[in-house]
Amino acid sequence: MVITRFTGLCALVLALLFVPAAASSRSTLPQRIVSLSPTATEDLFAIGAGKQVIAVDDQSNYPANAPKTKLSGYTPNAEAIAAYTPDLVVASSDANGLVAALGKLHIRVLLQPPAANLAGAYAQIVNLGTATGHSRQAAAVVAKLRSDVAHVIASVPKAARGLTFYEELSPDYYSATSKSFTGQVLTLLGLKDIADAADKSGSGYPKLSAEYIVSANPDLIVLADTTCCKQSAAKVRTRPGWSGITALHKGGVIGVSDDIASRWGPRIVEFMRAVATGATAVASR
Amino acid sequence: MIADTRAKATGKGATSVFPARRTLPIAYGALFLIGSMLVGLLIGPAHLGLDAIVRALLSHVPFLGVRSHLSQSDSAILWQLRAPRVVLGMLVGGMLAIAGASYQGVFRNPLADPYLLGIAAGAGLGATLAIVYGHGAVEAYDLIPLAAFAGAAGGATCSYLLGRSAMAGSNTASLILAGVTVMSFLTAIQTFVQQQHAESLQEVYSWILGRLDTAGWHDVGLVAPYIGVSAIVLLLHRRALDVLSVGDEEAASLGINVNRTRLVIVVFATIGTAAAVAISGLIGFVGIIVPHAIRLVLGPSYRLILPLALLGGAGFLVLADVIARSILSPAELPIGVVTAFFGAPFFAVILRTSRSFR
Repeated sequence: MVITRFTGLCALVLALLFVPAAASSRSTLPQRIVSLSPTATEDLFAIGAGKQVIAVDDQSNYPANAPKTKLSGYTPNAEAIAAYTPDLVVASSDANGLVAALGKLHIRVLLQPPAANLAGAYAQIVNLGTATGHSRQAAAVVAKLRSDVAHVIASVPKAARGLTFYEELSPDYYSATSKSFTGQVLTLLGLKDIADAADKSGSGYPKLSAEYIVSANPDLIVLADTTCCKQSAAKVRTRPGWSGITALHKGGVIGVSDDIASRWGPRIVEFMRAVATGATAVASR
Repeated sequence: MIADTRAKATGKGATSVFPARRTLPIAYGALFLIGSMLVGLLIGPAHLGLDAIVRALLSHVPFLGVRSHLSQSDSAILWQLRAPRVVLGMLVGGMLAIAGASYQGVFRNPLADPYLLGIAAGAGLGATLAIVYGHGAVEAYDLIPLAAFAGAAGGATCSYLLGRSAMAGSNTASLILAGVTVMSFLTAIQTFVQQQHAESLQEVYSWILGRLDTAGWHDVGLVAPYIGVSAIVLLLHRRALDVLSVGDEEAASLGINVNRTRLVIVVFATIGTAAAVAISGLIGFVGIIVPHAIRLVLGPSYRLILPLALLGGAGFLVLADVIARSILSPAELPIGVVTAFFGAPFFAVILRTSRSFR
């Protein structure tokens, strides 16, 4: 009886001590997140912070249950964002002086610019985990990504290593070198990027000439403009002068959704898998 | 001009289409164009070898018995990629320059360019609509050029109707103002549509910067008839432009139906420009710099300016395209950047040297 009363008292004291602490730590965790970056949206939902997200920008089309709005990440409007009374805004660029404008309204902004490599992409997921109170899930997501990526890389047969690829970002031949995130993850598969020779300025995204693409004769053509510009293997085949390219003879034209090729979120492994599968098929022919 | 009129009055020199004084510059112009075309065929990011290209060219001349040594892929590069670009550059450059010269003459305004009457904005709006809404709807390959052509023609028609209703068609300034008005309005719509569809921003932007790089023979076939007919009609009006340059009343007193002549010239310059724009996007500076360069060197007679603008514009754009595809080779510059970047200093040099001659 005495003991129970004592434990009861202890419990009460502990509760009194911890409730405010717990409440205060809860109040610092954002509950009204606005994401202006499609990658951040995917990250947030992957780490289980989706319930805290109240609005995402017009380009955030994944996952399907993300609360898509008309907010723009390219030309963000601080007033429109503030109307959602967010306690955290995640953006990939400080366009239109976004950070300063939201700073005046005392709204916290987390900038997550395009990752330079996989390590950078993982770090952003971890940061979002810390910022939203989902550190453990974020660590688990990153661990799973690491092992999936390693698995995909290991799945590429020796014969496919050294195959050359042309990654197309738009039908006027903008491409990505191995310095860019999207080109780099493909070179991790052991493939060679034909755009590397064309990037003297080091922008990572040179516009190739058709003559160069045809003479480089890539084994793989990765179409990352299937959504924006409705490109397909059939359309590539009709391009003047392209019919002799090896990729077209060996079934090496790989169409992927623009989104998985251009974002640096958890679905990057899908992009790598699609290209790895295509490369494996070409090598076996 | 006065000497010509006298010669005509006395019956001398009127028999030949181009008197000797005019044949020489035109011969130089033709040589410039042929030289540019050869340079265009010889230089590119793929190194095919001078000897191999010359043999490949000669192999198409009958009875010479020369055989091409090019591999199948090199042959595709030369004939499927490079040659249509050269021909299209020639058509588009020639058309933009002759249309620019015609507009400058017909409006008596040195700042007139082929995009003046809302053509650029109309074509831009048409292309943007096709890019944004057209992809899913129709699988037709030719939707963007068609929409751009319709937009250009629509923009020019609106400008013309608005300008004519403003001041009974007699004042060229009202037509130019109408063009500016229509341009602003259409550009506003185009920007709005583009903002609503940020995902297509890159495609719209790359269209606006101009392109010859994805062109094939198919595109050449599409625009050649329009540009051919327009260029011929404009060339036939070279004398009329000279007469118009003295003023509407004077031209009317010389027996020219001013309004009808002006309408014919504007209509054909517009049709040709619209066709060029439809395939190549917006390529700035050619239509304004080439005619002025010729005017500064050879004087104000449209009998010289028009044919030389056609030849010079064609050669200029072919050379600009060589720079576009080889200066960063194997990467590529948008051609609109090249025409502006190299065209402006080139024009500045001509402006200075021609002044020192006076």
